[in-house]
Amino acid sequence: MPSLDWPVFCRDTLSGEQVAGCFASGRDQTYLQWMLQAWGWTVTVSLSGLLVALVLGSVIGVLRTLPDSPWLVRFGNAWVELFRNIPLLVQIFIWYYVVPRMWPAMQSINPTLLVILGLGFFTSARIAEQLRSGIQALPRGQRYAGMALGFTTLQYYRYVLLPMAYRIIMPPLTSESMNIFKNSSVAFAVSIAELTQFYYQVGEETGHQREVYFGVLALYAVSALLVNQVMGFITRRLRVPGMVMAGGAGGH
Amino acid sequence: MNLDLSFYNWEVFSAFALKGLYYSIFLTFVATLGGIFFGTLLALMRLSGFKALDWPAAIYVTGMRSVPLVMVILGFYLLIPSSFYATVFGAYGADHSKELSAIITFIAFEATYFSEIMRAGIQSITRGQTYAGQALGMSYGQIMRLVVLPQAFRNMLPVLLTQTIILFQDTSLVYAIGAYDLFKGLETAGKNYGRPIEAYLAAAAIYFVLCYSLSYLVKRLHKKIAIIR
Repeated sequence: MPSLDWPVFCRDTLSGEQVAGCFASGRDQTYLQWMLQAWGWTVTVSLSGLLVALVLGSVIGVLRTLPDSPWLVRFGNAWVELFRNIPLLVQIFIWYYVVPRMWPAMQSINPTLLVILGLGFFTSARIAEQLRSGIQALPRGQRYAGMALGFTTLQYYRYVLLPMAYRIIMPPLTSESMNIFKNSSVAFAVSIAELTQFYYQVGEETGHQREVYFGVLALYAVSALLVNQVMGFITRRLRVPGMVMAGGAGGH
Repeated sequence: MNLDLSFYNWEVFSAFALKGLYYSIFLTFVATLGGIFFGTLLALMRLSGFKALDWPAAIYVTGMRSVPLVMVILGFYLLIPSSFYATVFGAYGADHSKELSAIITFIAFEATYFSEIMRAGIQSITRGQTYAGQALGMSYGQIMRLVVLPQAFRNMLPVLLTQTIILFQDTSLVYAIGAYDLFKGLETAGKNYGRPIEAYLAAAAIYFVLCYSLSYLVKRLHKKIAIIR
């Protein structure tokens, strides 16, 4: 294998000349700057998708555990089965090509937003499943205790069940947050300017596919590591003193 | 909007999608078997207690799991030249380098996921089972093959099958290198007939029906084989 030509990242994207210090100023841009910009899109799409997934996943997860509401439970179950049993790639294509055709109102929406929704809805099914099992892992007495105190359903979810359920599901939520960064790579299929798309475009343009590939790969690995660290920090901050967390390392 | 339902007929499906569906199923099958085989080896390396075996396996598994599958597919396709497939598989390899590359990728990638499942499965077997094997004078290989692994497989079967369903969904990502799978087949049909919307909806429906029925069967199986303790 020929040796790798790393200075390719310091080239100007238009003139192709080496830029001293690797960062061009003004309107010029090096490939390194372009790659960091693509990383920005990966982070933007992933974090926005995660936000959508957390909100939707929480609502659906709660619906699936409600007592005496069989139709809401069925709706929640159907949601999870629908978004879990179709590959993400296919879902992204549906959001990008089919949804705007079905609802003309969606045609004016930014394509990146459609991909964020696709990623978010896909992940929401998985978070809903985790939250459901988190809530059901709590002793039934917790729910009854909330009821006995005269709390409404909303109140005992808000003050009794959810605070514990979210703590229980922090480990799977951590891997899901890392997954959404990895899954955001699927957005290349509809030409969102994120890291994988950067690899296709710039690998071709410069002819230095190996260097670009390893650069992009490193940024994905760094993202995964950062997300892991942040979620670990949140998990530690949320820990209830004296309580052993399910699956949490060193929770004693 | 109006869907052109005439797109949904057997001629279109058999001409374009069937070959892709066969490939998707074949890829799932080979990657599952290969993944379980190499995944078990990785799990045994990690549980061996020798750092020289444990560390390389741990680095490989963690590395693979921290990058997107799409990038792994692209990487294998980039780093193994297509001339390799032409040399090994002759004319067939020259024509199908994308498909063959995806098969190698999926075995190598899924082995890391299966190894974590197997590791949990092996650890779920109590130490007493190993000690019993030792007391009977069995070698390490015999204990693993005759005592621990059969029980671990049984415990892990539902999880292994669920992973296979996820794997089947993941095979759609070979789109990244343009290998001809179910999704690619339907998309090609959609392009040729000018019916992309119908094609994408068909892809979603087919994947959903297959994956939903399979996960239903896994749920049934899970209830059936659960060991009452």
